[in-house]
Order: sequence, then C-alpha cells, then structure tokens
Amino acid sequence: MKTAFGIALLLFSFAASAVDPVKPLLDADVDIFDTDSVRRGAGFFANYCMGCHSAKQIRYSRIAKDLELSEDTMRREFMFGNVKIHDYLETAMSKEDGENAFGVAPPDLSLVVRAKGGDWVYSYLKGFYTDPKRPFGVNNLVSPDVAMPNVLWELQGTQEPVIKKINGADAVIDVRLVKKGEMPPKEFDQALTDIVNFLAYVSEPSKLQRLPLGKYVILFLVVLAVIMYRLKKEYWKNIH
Amino acid sequence: MASEKAKALLNWLDERFPVTKLWTSQLTEYYVPKNFNFLYFFGSLAILVLVNQILTGIFLTMHYKPSAELAFDSVEYIMRDVDYGWLLRYMHSTGASMFFIVIYVHMFRAIFYGSFKKPRELIWLFGMTLFLLLMAEAFMGYLLPWGQMSYWGAQVIISLFGAIPVIGEDLAIWVRGDYVVADATLNRFFALHVVGIPLAILILVVFHLVALRTTGSSNPDGIEIKKQKAENGVPIDGIPFHPYYTVKDLYAAVIFLIVCSIVIFYMPEVGGYFLEHPNFEPANPAATPEHIQPVWYFTPFYSVLRAIPNKLGGVMAMGASIVLLFLLPWLDRSPVKSIRYRGGIFKIALALFVVSFFGLGILGTKPVTPTATAFARLFTIIYFAFLLLMPFYPSFEKTKPVPERLAEPVIPLSKREGKHWRMVERGVEAVRTSAFYRNVKARLEAVGAHPYYQNVKERLSAVTGWLKTYGSK
Repeated sequence: MKTAFGIALLLFSFAASAVDPVKPLLDADVDIFDTDSVRRGAGFFANYCMGCHSAKQIRYSRIAKDLELSEDTMRREFMFGNVKIHDYLETAMSKEDGENAFGVAPPDLSLVVRAKGGDWVYSYLKGFYTDPKRPFGVNNLVSPDVAMPNVLWELQGTQEPVIKKINGADAVIDVRLVKKGEMPPKEFDQALTDIVNFLAYVSEPSKLQRLPLGKYVILFLVVLAVIMYRLKKEYWKNIH
Repeated sequence: MASEKAKALLNWLDERFPVTKLWTSQLTEYYVPKNFNFLYFFGSLAILVLVNQILTGIFLTMHYKPSAELAFDSVEYIMRDVDYGWLLRYMHSTGASMFFIVIYVHMFRAIFYGSFKKPRELIWLFGMTLFLLLMAEAFMGYLLPWGQMSYWGAQVIISLFGAIPVIGEDLAIWVRGDYVVADATLNRFFALHVVGIPLAILILVVFHLVALRTTGSSNPDGIEIKKQKAENGVPIDGIPFHPYYTVKDLYAAVIFLIVCSIVIFYMPEVGGYFLEHPNFEPANPAATPEHIQPVWYFTPFYSVLRAIPNKLGGVMAMGASIVLLFLLPWLDRSPVKSIRYRGGIFKIALALFVVSFFGLGILGTKPVTPTATAFARLFTIIYFAFLLLMPFYPSFEKTKPVPERLAEPVIPLSKREGKHWRMVERGVEAVRTSAFYRNVKARLEAVGAHPYYQNVKERLSAVTGWLKTYGSK
C-alpha cells in the first residue's frame, strides 16, 4: 500500500513538473517514405539552405539513388557549382565567412532532425517574427535570439509576435502572419513539411532500408520460434 | 563408414585433447535441476549478448576512427556508407542496453531465489565483478561516438574522481590524460573498450561458469539436488544440461532475438533512452548541454549520487550501493534460500527494494527538482536499508519448511497461500467465465480444427522430428 502511494506521488510529481508556459511545438507529421515530398524538400534545401549550411554526412550520389533521380536531374536541380556526384553536401560558405557574417558558423544539418526532432525543425522554421532589435530584423519563437535570418520570408511573408505579460515581463507566446508572402499559408506549410522530410531522410538514410527489412527478419524469427518451441516440447515430453 | 571415420577422428582428438570428456562433463552428463523457470534463461542470454557485442564490435572497429577529429563522422560513415553498417551499429547499441536488462534480471533472480548463498558465494563475487566490468565497458563505449552526451557524460563522471581527498584532481587528470575529456581520453577509452575490458570479461565469464559447474546450479526451491541421488549416482531431480536446457535456451534465445529485432528495426533510439538525442550533435567542449544524464542503465546509481548533498558523500554512497551488493552472501543470514520459503518481511523488503531501484532509475533521467530529490533520498534510504538490515530479517522472519524434492517451475495459483493470491485467482476465474474469453477460445479452437492448420502442424512436427533425430546423432 505504501509502495502504491509512493508510486502515485512520484507520477503526480512528474505530471506537475511537465506543465510549461512555452507554446508546444507544432506537429511536423514527418514521412520520409513520401518520396515526392522528400524530393521537393531536397530542392528547397539546395536553393535556400545550402548557401550557408552543409549536410556533410551524405553524398549527392546517395540522394540520387534513394530518391531515384538521374545524375542529369541532380545536376539540373540540386548540384550547384563545381561538385561531383560522389561529393558530400558541403556548403560554399567557409567557417570564417560564416562567423564574420553571423557571429557563429551555421551548423551542419545532417543530423538536426535526430538531435532535435522533426517537430522542432518545423516549428523553428515557422517561428520567425519581426524584431527590430535583432541584426537581421527577426527573432525566433522556438530558439530566441538565434543568429539566423528568416531565409524563407519571401515565401512565407511577415510574422509579428503575440506578446503577453507573464510575471510582469513581456513574453512572446506566439506569432501571427501579418503580410502574405509568395505562397499561401497552406502551400508554405507543405514546403516546410517537405524540407523537414528531406532533413529527416538525411538524418538517417538507412531508415529506408531498416523499416522494410524488419518485418522479414521478425517473420523468420517467429517461424523459428514456433519450431524451437515444438522442439523443446518434443524433448521435454518425458520430463515431469 | 562415415561414422567409423568420425569415430577414428574423435579418438585421435581425445588422445590429444579431452573433447569427449568436456562434452559429457559439461553438457550431456552435467545434471541441472529440472524446474528452471523463465528467470533462469538470463544467464545464457547474457552469453548470447556478449557474443553479439564482440562480433558486431569487431566489424565496427574496422570502420571506426578513435580520434576526436574523426570519431563522430566515422560513426555516421558506418551508418551511411558501410554496407549494413547501420545494422551492425544498432545491434551493438541495442545489445548494450539489452545486456543491462538481462544482467539486472539475472541478478534479481539470484536475490529472489537466494542463488548467491552458500556454497555459491564465489559465483556471486565473479558475477558482481563482471557487473562492474560491464559498467566500465559500457561507460567507455559510450564515449566513442563522441557526441555531446558522450562527451559531457564522461566529463561529469570522470570529474567525480576529483571528489577524492588529496589525490582526487591528479587521479582525474591521470584517467583523462588531459585537463578535460579530449583526444587522449578517447584513445585510451577505445583501447580499454575493445581490448582490455573484454579480455577481463571473458576470463571472468570462464571463472563464473567453472565455479557454477563445481557447485551446480541452484533452483527456484533453493534445494541441493545432489542430496537426493539415484543408485547410479545421478541426482533424481536433475536432467542433463544437453539436450534439455540447450533446446529450452534456444527457444528463449529466439524469443529474445524477436524483442531485440523490434528494437533494432523499429525503434533503435527507444525514445532517447538507448540512443540519446543530444548524442547526434558532435561533442562540443565549448557548449555544455542543458541537462546532462547518463544512459538509463546507470541512472539508479546516478540518482544515489545526486541524492547526497555533499559531492564526496555522494561518490561514497554510489560506491557503497555497489560494494554492498558484493557482500550479499554474508549479509543474508536466512537459513532458507528461495523466496518460496521465506517470510513476509523479506518479501515486503524485497518488493520495496525493487520499487526503489526503479524509482531511482526513473529519477536519474529527470532534472533535479526539490520533489525529485526528496524521492531520490527516500529511495536511497530504502535501497540501503534493504541491504543493511538483511542480517536482522531472520530474527523476525517465519520461514516455511523446505521440501526434500523440487516443486513446480512456477507454483500454480491454486497452491499458493495468501489472500492476495485468492484475489488473483478470482480475477482469473472471472475472465475465464466471461463471454468474451469463451468467444475467443471457441474461435481459436475452430482455427485449430481447420485442415489447413492441421496440415501446417503436421509439417512442423516433421521438422521437429527430423531435428530431434538429427540432434541425437
């Protein structure tokens, strides 16, 4: 009884500590098996992200193979500058240039989804709002005072902060769109999903192999288990 | 003809190496209690995991680079560019966590049935040493991917040496080979992880097994089967290890592999417990993560460390929480071994101990809050109280008479004593008489009677029959 009470108290204390004033992350609905989406995401990544960010753990050739794209398509759509098909996705920006421009070198994005989660990346990319105090005029809801500018503002439009007084201080609790960009909000959300899907794929390309293979391995083991069980029964039938 | 040649070869070998003698003394004429239940699978499962760790580890070292500059990228290289490298890596990382699950159950089994008691004290001591080595092995292995949590986890744990008076700081520097965790640390941890500690583990596994073969296995009743021998000198309640327990353990191994496969293929991170999310960021000595926590299998001991406000006191308490386990054979003074014949006080104490061990484990994965610390302290007190009060349980304990012969592997509900078992029995009865249960049962019986199913069953019997005849040759 005491134990049960202790467990109940323990669970309660965790539940109580889980309440957080910060807005929860948006749901990115990641699906790396949606090849069209991952392809589109690769396009966005090459056009909007790779100017500053690398994804140095993956090669163009691996992307071409996994997304079933020909080398010509890769060259036309994704590979800019003098790069070879087996090269890793390096950015043209040097570390020093990055530090000079932003104060901190833009991080490699190969594993960002595994480190922070797809929902985080999605919410982060959607969380920029105007803030004249920041060097690039924008701040971020998910990652306050981040050095990165809102590279997707042309597509998204302009967002303003929703401010609320918490314990006497102004706090940004949400953002709202005040000026539309080139994409209607729904289309923009899809573009973000595409980017997150691509980054999720880049985080673990072997997932495309891992998930389909699992069922065959487990099916084999289940059949083996049935045989082993019956073999054990057969041997043990005289033991009482 | 072929069998004659085989016999000749065996003779040739036996004259030079005791093949037949080893085979009979260790397997076919090594008599084991016949009532092992599922808690007894975990010793052989530990060997299975050890073999998996060694084999996958060998292939991982072929591609891994133990240098602060290259380590992180080489792991990602294994995950992406090495054929089935991801499978090797997940088998190794899942194996590490499964190893601890298996060992914790194995140790629990020993406490549950009093397996460590006389004459098996040495088996327990070898086993505890193996547990310590396993912890060292896992800790050093966790540094190798050189992610943020690898780095900062190692930083925190090694800095604990600094709490030792006088020599502490120098000792920590000696362990790291640098003032902070750095390339030198990674290199020495790699050497110890792939050569030093595995060798020690293998030797101790041999000691553990030789000692076990000397005393023989205990059993759920805690009776010495050697006391009841038939005229031919074979224990009446003993059966040969091979083929009985080899086939039984094989079955358990396959079930275990199914569980492992589900993890490896569908959830290798297990929600950030087997592989922690911050570890997918390369180690950065300039950026301390918000919340540093060891991997789940260390968290019970980590909680004990954090529960004590003083650093040196915490380190000593953590050390004591493991050292006391070594002393179990001498702390436990009860005349009976198995929980089956022990009194209520021990059962309650053991239940509280298990709850506090889980509680400490859960708390170790959470950030420190005043409530969490209060609970960690409570659980720490229970943990130590269980062990330190052990010598006094027999004075208050009413043990039951131990039978001469073995009972069932799992005692049937109807034979169990106590009100709570009657409640369980009524619950089971209620389910059995429910319409839903009868409905499902009827449907299953209908499937069982289907000719197709009968056909499959016959074929399976043919397979097992063949395996048995082939096996007995």
